[in-house]
Amino acid sequence: MSQAEQKKFDLLITGVGGQGAILASDIIGEAAVTAGLPIRAAETHGMAQRGGSVVNHIRVGKDYGSMIPKKGADLILALEPMEAVRYLDFLKDGGIIIVNTQPIIPVTVTSGLTKYPDVSDILDVLSEKYIVKAFNADEVAFEAGNRLAMNVVMVGAVSGYLPISKEILLESVKALVPQKTIEVNLRAFEMGRQKVEER
Amino acid sequence: MTMREYMLGNVAIARGLLEGGVQVIAGYPGTPSSEIIDTLAGLEDRDYHIEWSVNEKVAMEVAVGAAWAGVRSVVTMKHVGLNVAADPFMTLAYAGTKGGLIAIVADDPSCHSSQNEQDTRRYAQFALVPCFDPSTPQEAKDMLPYAFEFSEKFEIPVIFRPTTRISHGKSDIKLGEIPVEKSAPHFEKLLDRWVMLPKNARPRHTHLLSIQQPIEDALAESPWNSLELNPDAKFGVIGAGIASVYAKEALVELGIEVSFLKIGTYPIPRKLILELLKTVDTVLVFEELEPVVEEQVKMIAQETGLEISVLGKTNGFVPREGELDVSAFLEALKKTFDLEIEPEPSGTALELAPRPPALCAGCSHRATFYSMKKIFGKDAIYPSDIGCYTLGIQSGTVETTLCMGSSISVASGLYHAGEKRPICCSIGDSTFFHSGMNSLLNAIVNKANITVTILDNRITAMTGHQPNPGVGYTATGEPTVQVSLEELCKAMGAGFISVVDPYRLEETQEAFKAAKEFEGVAVVIARQPCVISGKRAGIRRVPYVVDPEKCEGCKQCVKFGCPAIEFDEENKCAVITALCSGCRVCAQICKFEAIQEVKR
Repeated sequence: MSQAEQKKFDLLITGVGGQGAILASDIIGEAAVTAGLPIRAAETHGMAQRGGSVVNHIRVGKDYGSMIPKKGADLILALEPMEAVRYLDFLKDGGIIIVNTQPIIPVTVTSGLTKYPDVSDILDVLSEKYIVKAFNADEVAFEAGNRLAMNVVMVGAVSGYLPISKEILLESVKALVPQKTIEVNLRAFEMGRQKVEER
Repeated sequence: MTMREYMLGNVAIARGLLEGGVQVIAGYPGTPSSEIIDTLAGLEDRDYHIEWSVNEKVAMEVAVGAAWAGVRSVVTMKHVGLNVAADPFMTLAYAGTKGGLIAIVADDPSCHSSQNEQDTRRYAQFALVPCFDPSTPQEAKDMLPYAFEFSEKFEIPVIFRPTTRISHGKSDIKLGEIPVEKSAPHFEKLLDRWVMLPKNARPRHTHLLSIQQPIEDALAESPWNSLELNPDAKFGVIGAGIASVYAKEALVELGIEVSFLKIGTYPIPRKLILELLKTVDTVLVFEELEPVVEEQVKMIAQETGLEISVLGKTNGFVPREGELDVSAFLEALKKTFDLEIEPEPSGTALELAPRPPALCAGCSHRATFYSMKKIFGKDAIYPSDIGCYTLGIQSGTVETTLCMGSSISVASGLYHAGEKRPICCSIGDSTFFHSGMNSLLNAIVNKANITVTILDNRITAMTGHQPNPGVGYTATGEPTVQVSLEELCKAMGAGFISVVDPYRLEETQEAFKAAKEFEGVAVVIARQPCVISGKRAGIRRVPYVVDPEKCEGCKQCVKFGCPAIEFDEENKCAVITALCSGCRVCAQICKFEAIQEVKR
């Protein structure tokens, strides 16, 4: 792999509106700019944000459009287990998928219209074709000091795969999270990073 | 070193307007265009006027006034907003401008947050005005100062058309300089231009037609169009706007050598197209939405007698609906060269539960719809409108949604058609001020017998919480007149007006009952701030919890559809999650008093 190739990384962040997918993607985006890499990203805004399924495309080291082609993503970072499956078409064969195993039950399920699949079934299906790293990031965030830091736990979890140094990513976390929560978020990042390393 | 910043496309567009020396900005919120004004209104050192206008037509006219005073002005809106503003816009093309005027009209291929996917480039053709179609957020920013100069050079308004992936894409952006000097306003009394009497309109139409060729020639020379001729290639690709980037990425990845024409302006550069057509035998046109470029290319090929196959949307190579991407270009290539098409990725055997967007936990619209349904019942007809509350389709109280303001007029039409069922329509506060007011006036004067519910959540919520005339402050947060909905309805002659707090179910249902019985147009104003903006403004309520001892598992609260209420199948008991905002509506629904305030 050439050096330029190593600096290219297509990442898809999936989740539910309100989970902080945009902040997670911003942390990586800002860090890429600091690292001197081109960066493109696509986000979900507007109506779909209201508790709906959301997907962010992040393309580090890419000069073209913001949308990752089908079967083009190196990695999917799923903030919610069912949302890990919904966008699988984007993941390249043998790609990596990091999953937060804490489900968020959609209204279509609570109202009895449909069922939520077993999380263990989800992980089994994912493992058939892809490299899966799964853990409950909500619990890790709680341990770090605040459940709301789940998105930063997940950024920590993906950090080892990104062509951006850990130091630059941490600077970006500091710059983007609310001042009062910096400590919790730095801890969340470290704990998320460890979770993936130990697997 | 030039400054690089990570920016949302709309923030880059805002920056481009500053670099172009903008002096007046007006618009109406609409996804994906809203963050342009949000950004500029939020800056501290402002040397420009900026406003959220009541609708797009009004915003357009404010921008026109400013441009006629000789300063650079901008109007922003989503694609369907131009339908509202089309009246001033079509004639503005005749009258022209003095200061540069850019109409930023954001298209939404795939209807991510829209009711249709019309293509604004068609309006540019229709009105005979130039259109800029950026391919990346960087180009979007860079185009805007150019677009101002262009507008002033030809004294004509221009359209700038980002799409969702430009407006809501993010990118590292190289910044340019912001000019210090700006023109002083001076309205020149050029009555033969500003008064569109027939005797003035006729020569202005002639003038507009006469500048089309010079405009096209000037645009062909602009940096936004580029032709890369490959002497060995018999295959050419024409990519327009953002689609050109998708095509380019696919071609580079595949390592295919073609001749490539990138188009970023309209009227399209015939000169460059001819150059391309002379060297190839097949050309694939890749553009989002309508076959605007493709039709022109076909015409040019026919006029010049060149035997070329032009492939695209008109012959099934590229889809005409939805948004494009790299994969769509690969599909088109495979069809072009008759390649084996790989089967689509098979997906998984897992059945996924759909996750549609839903009203927030504690959203007052859900409470209003609950009471409305309770009183008007299944049999009633529920026309509705455009806003977060369109999601009330899940509550069974949204049965029509056509365009901004249409709920009340569609309700009138249903009544005048002779429908005997009760009709209860719903419309948000901002949508009411936008164009619902006209519909209410019309319904009252023409004696409809309907109930109009104004869902007054004190903000324009869906597009990101912009102020409207009911809230008492402007786009920049300055205090201003707070317009009273009830006084307005009264002045328009409504015979029944009731203001309720939708969180109080009994009170709301009493009002709906009285409204249903009223002969004529009855107005119910359901007033409760949006939970998101309310929380930001400091409203805190004690959350609620289910007492498992008292819960009978009847699921009445679950059926209410609040995302904060789940059901524990094992223990046959409802559960309220941390999402609870404390609206207390479910506690009123529960017949067993099982839902209570969390004890501190």
